[in-house]
Amino acid sequence: MSGLKRTPLADLHARLGGKMVPFAGWEMPVQYADGVLKEHLHTRAAAGLFDVSHMGQLRLTGADRVEALERLMPVNVAELKPGRQRYGLLTNAVGGILDDLMFANMGDWIFLVVNAARADHDIPHIAAETKVEVLDRALIALQGPAAEEALAALNGDVRDMRFMDARVMPLIEGDCFITRSGYTGEDGFEISVPRDEAEAVAEALLEQEGVAPVGLGARDSLRLEAGLCLYGNDIDEGTTPVEAGLTWAIQKRRREEGGYPGADVIGPQLATGAARQRVGLRPTGRAPLRAGTPLHAEENGPEIGRITSGGFGPTVGGPISMGYVPSEFSQAGTGLFASLRGRFEPVTVAPLPFVQQSYKR
Amino acid sequence: MKFTEEHEWLKVDGDEVIVGITEHAQSQLGDLVFVELPEPGTKVEKDDEIVVIESVKAASDIMAPLDGEITAVNDKIVETPSLVNEDPMEEGWFFRMSLNDPSELDGLMDEDAYKAFVG
Repeated sequence: MSGLKRTPLADLHARLGGKMVPFAGWEMPVQYADGVLKEHLHTRAAAGLFDVSHMGQLRLTGADRVEALERLMPVNVAELKPGRQRYGLLTNAVGGILDDLMFANMGDWIFLVVNAARADHDIPHIAAETKVEVLDRALIALQGPAAEEALAALNGDVRDMRFMDARVMPLIEGDCFITRSGYTGEDGFEISVPRDEAEAVAEALLEQEGVAPVGLGARDSLRLEAGLCLYGNDIDEGTTPVEAGLTWAIQKRRREEGGYPGADVIGPQLATGAARQRVGLRPTGRAPLRAGTPLHAEENGPEIGRITSGGFGPTVGGPISMGYVPSEFSQAGTGLFASLRGRFEPVTVAPLPFVQQSYKR
Repeated sequence: MKFTEEHEWLKVDGDEVIVGITEHAQSQLGDLVFVELPEPGTKVEKDDEIVVIESVKAASDIMAPLDGEITAVNDKIVETPSLVNEDPMEEGWFFRMSLNDPSELDGLMDEDAYKAFVG
């Protein structure tokens, strides 16, 4: 796998038996010896440790950082309190989504995490508006009901954190940037660690009760069960936040004031709805229905939409999918068909998430 | 027992062969969550895609190893796809088939050749 970037935890993955695959220009563990199914279920039952160091970590320190981000996102950046994190969306002039990201008000700077596959796009895009420093650090996600106890063994102050809190604290010696968040639907933390401490922090966490290494395979099935979008699959430059069901990320002041890219498209959609909508889908049969599968209102009828993410949900115990359909077909309980290998498989529009989230609010 | 380059095994049983996938194949595929088998009585030609198996991550096809007719299928693996992971060479068999030309078995790999093939 020459030419691929390696994270600060690459040697640890090798020792843990991680099966490495190319992912967005990085060599990443897709699974360990237990396999995707067990790693998924372990995360929901105890705690999974994920290496997400491939994601882009940015530090914004410019005095204009708040105004700059509000020029790029339909999100309320100005009123985010110090020590708090929020989900954000970079939009384009036609209301499409350039990337989704997490940003945290760290007091005199903003910590911003973007998708690995979009980092090369996002960095100049944001740097055109304000000063951007790319952080060369590890990023570890610790997710699941045992995450708090495990992380508290290294620094008990994390017990005081609530969902979407962001703090700076040492776990070994250097400052870690810790947020109580993640992308699995579970309670947990994302931990930005100085590069030279990454392996020691990861190993210290793996020594705690209930913590096991989990690969990107299970991360994908966990986020799918949690109804969370994968950039490039469920959202992209051709989908708007309203179509994607992400209107909760656009706070009242920004809706009223506008002043973000694509406001003249997104604004009217916020008022009257979009013509199509992201929905959850439960196949009636056992076959997983994956990304790209066409959707139909009736057997042998025309295609009305497509599945954008899909597979087997280990916690659900059956196949689950997400996709886009015209809004008149988006009500939970609506019966549709997916064309799979020449057959029309019945599917039902289902509420998202598929698995109840368990954030510590 | 004979093996194909597509990681299937064939065990001769009277006039028929029993077909499944190898331990190597199941370990590469990962946890199976779905198996779709052909109808008994289906006439097949070598390399026809006759079985669909899906792991947590992806779908794969299993092809007919030789020309012939499906005579029976293992419904147990439809109910419990993980049987293929747990016992691929016995309980996790896929189907039985009769062969149009049993001498074609001679063209397949034996166990030593298959071991060398997967390295």
